Amino acid sequence: MCWPLHPDLALAAEFRACPLGHHSPALQRLLRVFRTLPVAGKHAALRVDDRRAWVIVRFNGVKGQPLERVSDDVFNDWNAVEWAVFRLRWRQVFGADLPEEIV
Amino acid sequence: MRQLASYADRISAKPGDRVGFKVSCDPGVAAYRADLVRLWCLDDHRDGPGLQTEAVVAAFAGDYPGRSQPVRLGSAMEVRHPGLAGHSWFSLTLSVFPTLHSAAVQVIAATDLWQMRLVDGRLDCVTAVGRLALEDPLPLNRWTEVALTLDSEGLMLRAGGQQASALFVPDGLSEDDVLFLADAPEGGAGFFGKLARPRLWSGAECLATWDFSSRMGSITVPDRGPQAMHGRLINMPLRAVTGPDWDGSAQDWRVRPEHYDAIHFHADDLADCGWQDDFAWEVPPSLPSGLYAARLRIEGSDLTEYIPVWLRPARPEARAVFLASSATYMAYANYRVMNRSNLYEMYLGQVPELVPDDLYLNLHPELGDSLYTTHADGSGMAISSRHRPILNMRPNAALSAFADDGWILAFLRAQQIGCDVLTDEDLDREGVAALDGYDLVLTGNHPEYVSTRMWDALVAHLDRGGRLIYLGGNGFYWRVAFHTEMPGVIELRRAEDGSRPWDMEPGAYYHAFTGEYGGMWRRVGRPPQRLLGVGFSASGFDLSRPYDRLPAADDPRAAFLFEGVPETVIGAAGIAGGGAAGQEIDRHDEALGSPPHALIVARATGHTEEMMVTKEDMPAANYMIGAPVNPLCRADMVFFETGAGGAVFSTGSIAWAASLPVAAFDGPTARITANAIRRFLDPTPFVLPGAGGARKVAQK
Repeated sequence: MCWPLHPDLALAAEFRACPLGHHSPALQRLLRVFRTLPVAGKHAALRVDDRRAWVIVRFNGVKGQPLERVSDDVFNDWNAVEWAVFRLRWRQVFGADLPEEIV
Repeated sequence: MRQLASYADRISAKPGDRVGFKVSCDPGVAAYRADLVRLWCLDDHRDGPGLQTEAVVAAFAGDYPGRSQPVRLGSAMEVRHPGLAGHSWFSLTLSVFPTLHSAAVQVIAATDLWQMRLVDGRLDCVTAVGRLALEDPLPLNRWTEVALTLDSEGLMLRAGGQQASALFVPDGLSEDDVLFLADAPEGGAGFFGKLARPRLWSGAECLATWDFSSRMGSITVPDRGPQAMHGRLINMPLRAVTGPDWDGSAQDWRVRPEHYDAIHFHADDLADCGWQDDFAWEVPPSLPSGLYAARLRIEGSDLTEYIPVWLRPARPEARAVFLASSATYMAYANYRVMNRSNLYEMYLGQVPELVPDDLYLNLHPELGDSLYTTHADGSGMAISSRHRPILNMRPNAALSAFADDGWILAFLRAQQIGCDVLTDEDLDREGVAALDGYDLVLTGNHPEYVSTRMWDALVAHLDRGGRLIYLGGNGFYWRVAFHTEMPGVIELRRAEDGSRPWDMEPGAYYHAFTGEYGGMWRRVGRPPQRLLGVGFSASGFDLSRPYDRLPAADDPRAAFLFEGVPETVIGAAGIAGGGAAGQEIDRHDEALGSPPHALIVARATGHTEEMMVTKEDMPAANYMIGAPVNPLCRADMVFFETGAGGAVFSTGSIAWAASLPVAAFDGPTARITANAIRRFLDPTPFVLPGAGGARKVAQK
């Protein structure tokens, strides 16, 4: 991390409203941190239905080792996948869950 | 999770051909059922028509026993010759350039009686009667002269300034007639690094001297010694790489081949699984041209495996032909999402999506990787083969040029447009003759990898009045070469520039297979804009955008494209990112060769910051990268006439194909595509406008 990051809830709200799209410079910077976390432990989406449904999994960075499934939740909407991963990374980077009013 | 893997010995076939299908099953799979299907849409996405298959009668249909077939991973050179046997005393000398130190054994040379190896970088020799080792590791990425000598006084090992000897006397060179370089004869102990100048001696007499500086495009390595004990390369190590004497005075191995007398071996090279046929298809004369597949199913499993084969007609049945981007399918073969660089998500601009086959690939490194990765020693993977299971050349693969070409096949079916098929490999082998009888060539959604013979064939097609519709993005970007002895193997040198995951090492920018200078077509002097009117400009995988109709669309020359298309916003929906212009997009650019009379009939802009200009358009690093600030991040839809009565229409976007299913294949992108195809099949010649008139139109 190249600069102090603060858990600015406004950025979480901005992301939730628009996971994919034009983002403010501050959210872009936060997403660069989230998206460049080390491969080991990094979250991804595993397609479980080709009509499109996904579960959240986590890489381990080791060839040959199976993935870890993070939860039993099945997502039918890609934006929901992005938001779920964002929340997990928020906790990973800032050490605390997003507050209920954001979630 | 899949329980079997498979491939065919052909990627395309004609009536009368035999296609062999090779299957390896996980333990516990007692049997599987095979049949033949024809395929169109290759994706079950809920917003499309769903996977489209049609059962086709084939004699091979039936149940087959499951069996496991092994993979020998790693390249090597094998010498089998009677002249190897019967020498009690010998010396082997060669130059060694290790590129990876590992605890795993790496064999440099071996017979059935001894192995000269690297373990943690230290050279040793093991025989049935003992082991001899040097103390210091061989330096990484440096050449070291190595010699192994066996004579009446014992065994001696020498490397650079190090030397060790032992009094024990092994049995000699070989009981059998086989010598291996870069692996053990039984495999599984491959070497990472370059070898040069292997020579075999009996006292002062040279028994063999293998010449790595000649026949670069061959899998045979000539022995200049008296017995001509030629070597045979296994799994296609990289030839035409710099050798011990390379000093930068030559960059082309053909100019100073003596500077390129080395071969780079990798323990993770794979050119041919070499599996046996499990069943075969004798292609009958009656089937229409199209994409077919052997479909494999296991009772009690939800897995369905497809082994695709592009079926060409004996003679053209349609006047249009779809050029399946088989070179690109091979370049991306077994592209691995898992355990990639932590920057992968930055390229995507969204969370990576895996499909179950990615999990299977993670468990099966022996199936090899794509041209988008590096070997375990960090060198770029420059050779890809289809003689192995390719898990993303299958329906429902994610971010797959193959699966996305199904949108085009399904569109042609929905619009009832007759169209034959052929592959890049056919076009490379046969040249423009492969296009005889066709008025129109349609490309796939991402024909990124192109050989010179393919390119020349398309130019010849246009020169004789042919028409070309480029339905893709980032097409004709990298030059590749097909192996001349082994069909289905391509080579890529990622030289100089371009959006690329690795760089070719200095001095090795020329293909071994053909001797051609490698890298981007733009750097070779053939920007795609010259052929297509557009060329790669930006990439971003989050959201796609629609095109806006431009004034040039009102030009009477382009009127045919917009018949029945009143929309001024084109492609505002689509399965890839929600629009028709996305993922990788191309621009018109006269400075790069777009014909001056080309009409830019529509343009897509307004992408997010994740759509970034390609690096060859960045003179130096700067912040003007993303679409909001860089006007080069756009997709241009272009039409132009050729001088021979033909014409070219280019959409300039990967996502275009995935927009075709919108409104049951009757949205504006589908109507424009259909309009282009129907006019391009009309034999009425296109007339090249005067340059002045064209400029006047463009200035509107």
